[in-house]
Amino acid sequence: MAKQPPGDRIELVFGSLDMLILRTLRWGATHGHGIAKSIERMSDETLKVEHGSLYPALQRLQQEGWITADWGVSKNNQRAKYYRLTALGRRQLVAETSRWERFVKAVTGVLKSPELEEGQ
Amino acid sequence: MSWRRNLSKFVALFRRPKTMNELEEEIRTHLQMEEQENLESGMSPEDARHAALRRFGNVTLAQQKSLEMWVWNGVEALWQDLGFGLRQLVRSPGFTAVAVLTLALGIGANTAIFQLLDAVRLRSLPVKNPEELTLVHLADLRGKRGSQETGYPALNNPLWEYIRDHQTAFSQMLAWSPTILGITEGGHERPVRALWVSGDFFDVLGVQPVLGRLFSSADDQPGCGGSGVVVSYAFWRDQLGGDPQAIGRTLTIGRHPVPIVGVTRAAFTGPEIGHAFDVAVPICSQAAYWTEGNWLESSTDWWLTVMGRLKPGDSLPIANTRLKSLSPAAFEASLRKDYPTENVRDYLHFELVADSAPAGVSWLRDMYENPLWMLLGLAGVVLLIACANLANLVLARGSARVQELALRLSLGATRRRLIAQLLSESVPLVLLGAVSGLVLARVLSKCLVSLLSTQGDSLFVDLHPDWRVLGFMSMLAVVTALLFGLVPAFRAASLAPSEAMKSGSARAGGMQESGRLRRALVIAQVALSLVLVTVAVLFARTLGNLLTVDAGFREDSILIAQLDLSRLRFPVPRRIAAKQEILDQLRGVPGAEGAAEVRIIPLSGDSIDNRVWGEGADRQSGFDPNFNWIGGGFFKALGIPLLAGRDFDANDTTTSPKVAIVNEEFARRFGKGTNPVGLRIHREATPSEPESIFQIVGMVKNSKYIALRERFRPIVYLSVTQDQSPSPFEQVMIHSTQPVPMLTSEIKRVVGERSQDINVGFGVFKTQIQESLLPEKLMASLSGFFGILAGLLTAVGLYGVISFLVTRRTHEIGIRMALGADKRQVLGSVLRETLLLTALGIGMGLPVTFIVAHLIASMLFGVKPDDPTTVALAAFALCGVSIAAAYIPARGAAKVDPLVALRYE
Repeated sequence: MAKQPPGDRIELVFGSLDMLILRTLRWGATHGHGIAKSIERMSDETLKVEHGSLYPALQRLQQEGWITADWGVSKNNQRAKYYRLTALGRRQLVAETSRWERFVKAVTGVLKSPELEEGQ
Repeated sequence: MSWRRNLSKFVALFRRPKTMNELEEEIRTHLQMEEQENLESGMSPEDARHAALRRFGNVTLAQQKSLEMWVWNGVEALWQDLGFGLRQLVRSPGFTAVAVLTLALGIGANTAIFQLLDAVRLRSLPVKNPEELTLVHLADLRGKRGSQETGYPALNNPLWEYIRDHQTAFSQMLAWSPTILGITEGGHERPVRALWVSGDFFDVLGVQPVLGRLFSSADDQPGCGGSGVVVSYAFWRDQLGGDPQAIGRTLTIGRHPVPIVGVTRAAFTGPEIGHAFDVAVPICSQAAYWTEGNWLESSTDWWLTVMGRLKPGDSLPIANTRLKSLSPAAFEASLRKDYPTENVRDYLHFELVADSAPAGVSWLRDMYENPLWMLLGLAGVVLLIACANLANLVLARGSARVQELALRLSLGATRRRLIAQLLSESVPLVLLGAVSGLVLARVLSKCLVSLLSTQGDSLFVDLHPDWRVLGFMSMLAVVTALLFGLVPAFRAASLAPSEAMKSGSARAGGMQESGRLRRALVIAQVALSLVLVTVAVLFARTLGNLLTVDAGFREDSILIAQLDLSRLRFPVPRRIAAKQEILDQLRGVPGAEGAAEVRIIPLSGDSIDNRVWGEGADRQSGFDPNFNWIGGGFFKALGIPLLAGRDFDANDTTTSPKVAIVNEEFARRFGKGTNPVGLRIHREATPSEPESIFQIVGMVKNSKYIALRERFRPIVYLSVTQDQSPSPFEQVMIHSTQPVPMLTSEIKRVVGERSQDINVGFGVFKTQIQESLLPEKLMASLSGFFGILAGLLTAVGLYGVISFLVTRRTHEIGIRMALGADKRQVLGSVLRETLLLTALGIGMGLPVTFIVAHLIASMLFGVKPDDPTTVALAAFALCGVSIAAAYIPARGAAKVDPLVALRYE
C-alpha cells in the first residue's frame, strides 16, 4: 500500500488510541511492535502514531484490566511481551466503539446540516 | 481514576524494579523488530536504525511516561506531606511539646484504665474454653447457717463430694478455695498464698505443667495426708530459683515435708482475677495440715467455690434443670450433725443453680468494676477537652496561614490536597502522642495496681496489653486526630480564596473567622470541666466525710497481733487460761497501755450475726444483731465508753452465768427502754453451741462494725472467757503509743520466751481502716487529678480564645480608647466577655453534671448528688480559672495604643 506522505498524517484524538489498541488485539495476541504495525496498516497509514506513545497507553490499559501481558517468543526467536484482550477489554471495546460511532454521527450531522438563515 | 487502576498501582508498588527492566527490554525489542523490517525493505543498516528511532519517537520520554503511569500519586504526595508536617512541628517546639503532652496524658490515662478494666472484666480466664465454665452456688441463702469462709459463693465439702460423684449436669467439675499456708524454711515460717483444689482442678481447666505433673483425681482421696504440692510458675522461678530439679524437692507445709510434684505454666496464675497463687494442695490434705478443726465433714463451713464445664451442645438452662433435680438428694446426703436443728428444713430445701462464669470470680471485679467504668468515663471527657484545646490551637495556627492556603487554592491545589496537608500535621502529632500515651499507660497501670494493693493483700493483675487494648487505643488516636485535625482543615478548605487574599493588614491572621467555632469549643470545654470538677469535689467530700466520720472507737495507736497457738496443742479446757496468760504478758510489754482479745476486728469485713429474742418471746419476734467475742479491757483499749453496767471481768467464766454487753443501737432495737442492763436475751443455736440465754450486764456506745459507711448496727458482745469452744488462735488488739517496730519486736520476744512454737503476725489497725477506704481514695484522687487537668486545659483554651478575640478587636478597642475609655473599662469589658463565655459553659454543663452526679450517687457518702454547695463551689472555681486565664490578654487589651490600633484599616 502506498504510504501517505508524513505531513498528511492526522493526529490522534486523545483516548482513541486506547480504542485502536483494543481493536487491534481483537484478533489475537501481539507484541507492542505488532500493534503499531497493525494500526498503520488498518488506517492506510493515515493515522500518525508515534510508536513510543503506545507504551504509556499499554500500561494504562493493563492497569484497567482490559489487556493482559505475557512474555513469549516472536517469529524471529526474540523475547517479546505479548498483549491479549480480556473479557473486560472486549466489553470495553464494544462500549467505546459504539460511543465513537455516535460521536462521529453527531459531529457529521452538525457539519452537514444546512445553514440556518435568519428569520426562517 | 478508576479503582482498578488504583489497585494495580498499589500492587505494583512492590514490584517497581521489575517493571522498569521489563519496559526497557520491551522497547529494545520493539526497535530491533522495526529495524529488521526496515532492513528487509531494503534500507541500509544505518538508515534502518535511524528510521526505526524516528518512527518510535523519543525513547526516553516514552520510558519515562510509561513508568510514570505506575507512580501512585497518593503515596508519594503523602510521604511529602508527612515530612513537611514533621518539619513544621519541629519548628514550633512549644506547641508540639504541649500538644504531645496533652495527648499522651489523655490517651495514656484512658488506655491505662481500660487496660485494667480489660484484665478485670472483659477478658476470660486463660484456660481451655472459658465460655463453657459456670459457677455453681446456692439459689437462695435464706436459712443458711454457719461460716462463709470466702468472699465468693461457696458450698460445703460434703455437698461438693456428693455433687462430684453423682452429677450429670456437666462434663467436668472442679472445686477450689483460697487460703494461706505457712511454709517453714530455715526455721522461719512465712505465709504463702495457697489454693485447696479438687483432684481434677487442673485437668478441667486445661492447665499444663511446665515441669513434672499436675494433680489427678487419685491425688484427692480421703486420708491422703500431705502427699504432694503443685507450685505456680512464679513461685518456682522466684522461691526455688527456677531449679530444673525442683520435682521431688520438699516444702515444709505446716511442719509436714511435702514433695513438689509439678509446676504450672506461667500463663496460669489462678482461678481468681486479682490474686495469684503460690502453691496448690489437694482438698483432702486439709486434714493433715490443719491440726484441728478441718472442714471436710462440716456442713456449716462454706468454703469451696465449685465450677462446672458445660457438656458440648448443652445450654445453661439444661444444666440448671439437672442441678435442680439433683438438689434434694445432694442436700440430704450432705447434712451433718453440726447444722442447727431449727434450720435443717431450710437446708434440705436448698437448690443449686449455675451461672456462666467465663472470667472466673474476682473480688477485684466486684469491688472496682463500677469505679473503673466511671473513671474511664472521666478520662474520656478529659481527652475530649484536650482535643477541643488542640483544635483551637491548630485553628489559631491555621488562621495565620490563611493567606498562604488561599494562594495555593487559587494556584490550583485541590481542597483534598489542602486538607491532606493540614491533616499531615495532626497525624504525626497524634502518632507521637499515642506512642507516648502507650508508654505512659504502662506506667500508669502499674501505679494503679500498686495503689490498689494493701498491706495484707497484694494485688496481682495480668496487665499484658492484648489486642483489645491496642485496638481501643488506636481507635482513640484516630478519633482524636479526626476531631482536632479535621476541624481546622475543613475551615481552611472552605475559604473563598479571593476573600482571604485581601491584602495587607496585620489583622489578616484570623480576620475572616468570626470566632464562633472557637468560642463554641471553649464553651463546651467549660461545660465538660464543670462536670469533672463537680465530680471531683463530690468524691473529695465523700472521702473527707469518711475519714472524719466518728467510728465510735480509737483508730490510732492500735496494733493487732495474731497468735497461732495450735502447735502447743492445748486441750480445749486449758485454752482460755493459756490465752489469758499470754494476754497478761502482752499487757506487761513496756508501752502497752491496754490490750484485749477480740474475735472480729472492727472494719475488717468479717461479721457474725445470730438471731436474738427477748425473754418470754419467741424466735419470730426477734432480730439479727451482729456479734463479737471480746475480752475484758477491749472497750477501754479502743476508747469505747461504757454507758451503763459493767465490763467483762475475771468472774465471767465458763461455769458462771452467761453474760453479754450490748450497744445503744441494740437497746434501741430491742425496744425495752434506753437501759437494757439486767434484761435477758435468747440467742439461737449455733453450729458449735445450743440455744442459750444471756444476761445483759453492760451497754456501750455505738461503734462501726463492718464498714465506715454503715449506719450503726445492733451489736452483742460476748466474753471470750465464756467461750465453750475456744480455738487455738488468739487475736489481740493492743493500745500503745510506742513506734510499731519497737512494739512488735518486744512482743515477739515476750512470746518467744514463752514458746518458740507460737507464730505471731502483726497488723496496724489504722492502716487496715485506711485500706478499707481504698476505693474511695482511688476515686477521690483520680477524679481530683482529672478535675485539675480539665481545669488547666480549659484555662489554656480560654486563654487562646480570649487572646484571639482581643487581637481581632484591636481596632475597635483603639477607637474606644481614643474616645475616652480608660484602661479599667477595657479590662472590664474583656473580663466580662470571658465571664459570659464561662457562664454559658456552666449553664450548658449543669444538666450534664446533674445526670452524672446521680449516676455516681451510690458511691457517695455524706453528700447528696445534687448538693448545691458542691456545684456552686465547682462553678466558682471555674470562674476563677477563667478570670486568671483571661487576665493576660485583658491586660494586653488595656495596653493597646490607640494610635497604633487606628493606623490599620
